[in-house]
Amino acid sequence: MPIHEKNLIRPENLSTHDNLVIDGVDVSGDWSTFIKTRVVADYNENLQEEIGSLPGAEYIHRCWQCGSCTNSCTVNAIEPDFNPRHWIYLIRMGFESELVRDKDLIWKCVSCNKCTYACPRDVVPEGVMKATAHWLELKGYLDRTPSTEFDEEFANQVIRTGKIEDGRVMMGFFKRTGQPLMQPWLIAFVKKMFAGLPLGWMMKMGFATVIHPRTKGWGPAHAAIAEYAKEQEEKHIAAVRGSHPEAAFHTAD
Amino acid sequence: MAEKKYQKVAYYPGCALEGSGHAYNKSTKAVGKALGLELEEVDNWNCCGAMEVKNIDPKIQTYLSSRVMSIAANEMKHDVVMAPCNGCYHNLKKAEYDLAHDEGSRQVVDRLSSKAGHETYQAGQIETIHALDWIKDGIGEEELAKRVKNSLKGLKIANYYGCMYTRPRHIFPEKDQGPGSESTSKPHYMDDLLAAAGAENVDFALKTACCGGAHTLSDADTSTKLVANILRAAEEAGAEVIATECPTCHTGLEMHQVRAETNFGIKTNVKVMYFTQLLGVALGLSPKKVGVHENASDGRAALKARQIA
Ligand code: SF4
Ligand code: SF4
Repeated sequence: MPIHEKNLIRPENLSTHDNLVIDGVDVSGDWSTFIKTRVVADYNENLQEEIGSLPGAEYIHRCWQCGSCTNSCTVNAIEPDFNPRHWIYLIRMGFESELVRDKDLIWKCVSCNKCTYACPRDVVPEGVMKATAHWLELKGYLDRTPSTEFDEEFANQVIRTGKIEDGRVMMGFFKRTGQPLMQPWLIAFVKKMFAGLPLGWMMKMGFATVIHPRTKGWGPAHAAIAEYAKEQEEKHIAAVRGSHPEAAFHTAD
Repeated sequence: MAEKKYQKVAYYPGCALEGSGHAYNKSTKAVGKALGLELEEVDNWNCCGAMEVKNIDPKIQTYLSSRVMSIAANEMKHDVVMAPCNGCYHNLKKAEYDLAHDEGSRQVVDRLSSKAGHETYQAGQIETIHALDWIKDGIGEEELAKRVKNSLKGLKIANYYGCMYTRPRHIFPEKDQGPGSESTSKPHYMDDLLAAAGAENVDFALKTACCGGAHTLSDADTSTKLVANILRAAEEAGAEVIATECPTCHTGLEMHQVRAETNFGIKTNVKVMYFTQLLGVALGLSPKKVGVHENASDGRAALKARQIA
């Protein structure tokens, strides 16, 4: 294991002795740090299949654990526990409970695709992150993340009207996640934005939020997409829950 | 090198340019007009699907992007679509790639197109280009330099391209093709155009770093950290202005510049401007005409300080 991934060893698996003599040699202090042997009994042998059946993770089986994804990762640089290589390993090995321990981190992938760019095996790790976050929600391990709320608010507007209006998406998102619109930084930002703006443009923006842009004659496209989206959702739930029924329907801890 | 293509193209502004990216829309059109490049807006277009619809279902995003290309090709008889937004540009390219390579995507797009009542887009009908390609290949640096009335003389600029313009590589088959082509690891088209307009591009290491745009609101602290890094790196490189070519990056930099200051006490002074605003000013248009006053990060003083406008 590369040394910069030492953080993968959980504190509970380390044992350190203040005074330890082995075969007459004093190995106290750092030299007496041992990683405890572990036995993993709760494999989910279908884990790779479950996650691989969700869009984006189709190529997870190609991974050869080179670590390029983690090395290039934007979020890893500011949050060292964010480790796509490690999660792909856990998924491929079926270590479901270990994967679930990082449930509050995985959704934080910012989709920068640095990993996909660096991966020598075309695994598309960005897609695997999205699929894994989705899987955590479908299995009930994770409440809906702010990211899912945002995606849904946005996608629903597009599917309904053909277009989005960014102010409306923002308001909808804040409402869904119970956040106040009047956040100090947002007020400061809006003030700056309006400082240089002519009245006419403000009126236009105001009207855009009242008149809601939409694509003309969008009805049939809306119906077609909604029907397809529903089919897909049912398929995903069946794939995730159906393949390993005895482990299904976990509730979030 | 630069043949005169792209003189008249289909224009796909996308949702952001009708909202927060209004100034990008305005300055793109103004620059096109000043350069004699003609834009014909795609009729009754829809959202490309952005990152958000892709996260719900990638094939729905492929369909949405394909509908825009289908209208441009089949109803308007265009063979080039120009999209100034990195997200739109990326998604149309991605749809093109998927439709050329993946039977499953073709089936879904065919099914949704026929139910929606329009012709199915076929891979190869449209070439999607970015606003950077449009000016670089439609006009070229030499010709651009000749038309500069108001040189950006010495204005120190960090060129910021973000993620979607270059990654993942496979959806941009025309990039990384040797001399003259755009590079996915060290993009330079914006640098080239601004240099032709007289600017001094600084050596900026974070050209293709991520601003956290995907989670700009849903994981705002991460975005603020990423943006603060970009702003500080630009300042350390000596930049007075960061040039952008994407409405999401642009708004993200502006929003989190404010948030970094209010929530974390990290203050930066570098200004953020669309490259089309900078080119417009260089071509003799007034800062107002290209919407510099509409930016939250108001670059007017930076231009004045250099006696540019
Ligand atoms: S870069 Fe690709 S092959 Fe290497 S560890 Fe990451 S996913 Fe696996
Ligand atoms: S796409 Fe996600 S996992 Fe990949 S490098 Fe970016 S943040 Fe990391």
